[in-house]
Amino acid sequence: MRQIAIYGKGGIGKSTTSQNVVACLAEAGYKCMIVGCDPKADATRLILHKKAQTTVMDLARERGSVEDLEIDEVLLTGYRNIRCAESGGPEPGVGCAGRGVITAINFLEENGAYGEDTDFVFYDVLGDVVCGGFAMPIREGKAKEIYIVTSGEMMAMYAANNISRGILKYAQSGGVRLGGLICNSRETDKEYELISELAKRLNTHMIYFIPRENEVQRAELRRQTVIEYSPDHKQAEEYRTLAKKIAENKNFVIPTPMSMDELEELLMDFGILESEDAAV
Amino acid sequence: MSIAIKETQKMIEEVLDGYPEKTRKARAGHLAANDPSGECSTCKVKSNVKSRPGVMTVRGCAYAGAKGVVWGPVKDQITISHGPVGCGQYSWWARRNYYNGQTGIDTFGTMHITTDFQEKDIVYGGDKGLEAALNEVKELMPLARGIGILSECPVGLIGDDIEAVSKKVENEFGYPIVPVRCEGFRGVSQSLGHHIANDTIRDHVLGKGTMGESTPYDIALIGDYNIGGDAWASRKMLEEMGLRVIAQWTGDASVNELGIAQNAKLNLVHCYRSMNYICRHMEEKYGVPWVEFNFFGPTKIYQSIRKIASHFDDTIKENAEKMIEKYRPAMDAVIEQYRPKLEDKKVMLYVGGLRPRHTIGAYEDLGMEIIASGYEFGHDDDYNRTYPDMKEGAVIMDDATLYELEEFTRRLRPDMVGAGIKEKYSYHKMGVPFRQMHSWDYSGPYHGFDGFPVFARDMDMTVNSPTWNLIRRKR
Repeated sequence: MRQIAIYGKGGIGKSTTSQNVVACLAEAGYKCMIVGCDPKADATRLILHKKAQTTVMDLARERGSVEDLEIDEVLLTGYRNIRCAESGGPEPGVGCAGRGVITAINFLEENGAYGEDTDFVFYDVLGDVVCGGFAMPIREGKAKEIYIVTSGEMMAMYAANNISRGILKYAQSGGVRLGGLICNSRETDKEYELISELAKRLNTHMIYFIPRENEVQRAELRRQTVIEYSPDHKQAEEYRTLAKKIAENKNFVIPTPMSMDELEELLMDFGILESEDAAV
Repeated sequence: MSIAIKETQKMIEEVLDGYPEKTRKARAGHLAANDPSGECSTCKVKSNVKSRPGVMTVRGCAYAGAKGVVWGPVKDQITISHGPVGCGQYSWWARRNYYNGQTGIDTFGTMHITTDFQEKDIVYGGDKGLEAALNEVKELMPLARGIGILSECPVGLIGDDIEAVSKKVENEFGYPIVPVRCEGFRGVSQSLGHHIANDTIRDHVLGKGTMGESTPYDIALIGDYNIGGDAWASRKMLEEMGLRVIAQWTGDASVNELGIAQNAKLNLVHCYRSMNYICRHMEEKYGVPWVEFNFFGPTKIYQSIRKIASHFDDTIKENAEKMIEKYRPAMDAVIEQYRPKLEDKKVMLYVGGLRPRHTIGAYEDLGMEIIASGYEFGHDDDYNRTYPDMKEGAVIMDDATLYELEEFTRRLRPDMVGAGIKEKYSYHKMGVPFRQMHSWDYSGPYHGFDGFPVFARDMDMTVNSPTWNLIRRKR
């Protein structure tokens, strides 16, 4: 069983990418599972075709504690038998979402949610690793490989670099490794070259460049992955290639995050950031 | 520098030698040989800084200071330990703050009330549960006159808005709902908790009570927590002097008493450390002067009575003298009875609040000598009040570690040690007579004329118990 965590800036397309990839892996015959680690609980909607599934924490709150839950109530099965669970958590501004992730993952583990025949578990994690709770999926004994979804936009690259710092910490204490950057294209200038270079600086590789395609949006509106909605579309083929690359990936590294200055230099080298802008 | 100071400094150096270099350096500033004159520059200790990890400090936390000391004794208030169950459970009525009333009906001092956080409260926030708890309290205990929400650590970590909840229900309830941000991780000891609690009294209760007519003899007794009935012993004396005690803070106090102390003509402060903040505030805002006093042992009692009386007219001054003469024979009798058995016995103290300095006089009245004293959470102003009261060359220790206490005990061979429950049993094992001086070892009162005979009896019982000879190793 390979446990994989997907990180990246909020709104970059982590959930869309991971669900499409998982759909491809399931199509190829792998047994897959998705664990959403975000209070928004939108990591499984394309697989389950519903707005938001019952989450571990929401049900625990209703019942009193996680001890009062049965695993079947929160572990649902969707497209091609992909198993789905969501940690859930509070609305913004209240309580501790990080603790919710910790509690939910512990519950899933203790109750054998992963199953012995599972080939891939994907953790879809909240954009910013704001506290220990959101690092839970990459701690000892859980996800060993991480993919960062990014784009050529500056803030997405900042986020990628910051997440690499978090990975570095856990790579030293545990066995977690960076598997690569997934560029979810926003069609910015020199995007392919820029992310390739960013990957190189981070000691990894750009595992795939997903072109921008409105078909993804059309499928999402119908709560489906592209794989299910239009399996013959060229975008479905893009995701299949990415899935294959992840399945066959052997390039796992300890990242080498950059300093802010280095990152800004990189952006300047590519003409994204003018030197006078950087001075501001 | 005197020989006594030099010798003590040498001994302190030897004790410090047991530490690794970094610890030695950090701890050296907290141990000193006393110089009552204040001339010796190296004889002052550092205080109120973070304890060194690993040294087994006996300090408490901000919650302990706010809930356990200041707010907990207020008898007609419900004190909610807001957070997981442990903090409230393990601090449950540990200080024996006596009070009058029907527990569970109109007073609630010995009750332990908590919001009992579960995992879901951490994840989703505890505000809703808090509001439910407040409503339950209101329904179950209709005679409560206030509710304190004493914040435990997790509440601060997850950022619950307990102030908003308090505000929301306060108008409806018609009495103070006091949010106290005393999360245990704040500050270096329980001391910050006292300050936070003082500030919440100021912001939520002070000035809001109702009182009948004032008299020229109105005083407030501040910083007496009525441990084993201490405040009652003190109050009796003040009343005999002709003063009217309009408020007792916070031993046997009502919420209303917290709301009217600003009407006092004089604030009498016993525990300076835990309540000087609010006295300074009352002085600034309401012009109420405050005076420190000490009701341990006849010498200090007589001095204090005269000091208090000096703020009032001749009637009070005459009453004070009459009272002293009335009780002097009884006090002399106590001394006559116990002094021969306690003369020249050496005492080491390590306590908190006011005791490291305030009890010195009582021991000295019995002929005993304080050879070492220290504060768990004192500040500079506490130590500055202590140096003059101790003998030259006595050991002054701040935030002492168990190792230091043991070493000083081994070297100084005190006949008695007075400290807290955490030290008690290691001293029992060492065969050193020990008295738990935080809650008077389940005895008391120790304040005033009522207290001194009890104090003297207890010290005799401790020092001269034949038990120690059975467990002490032959020297």
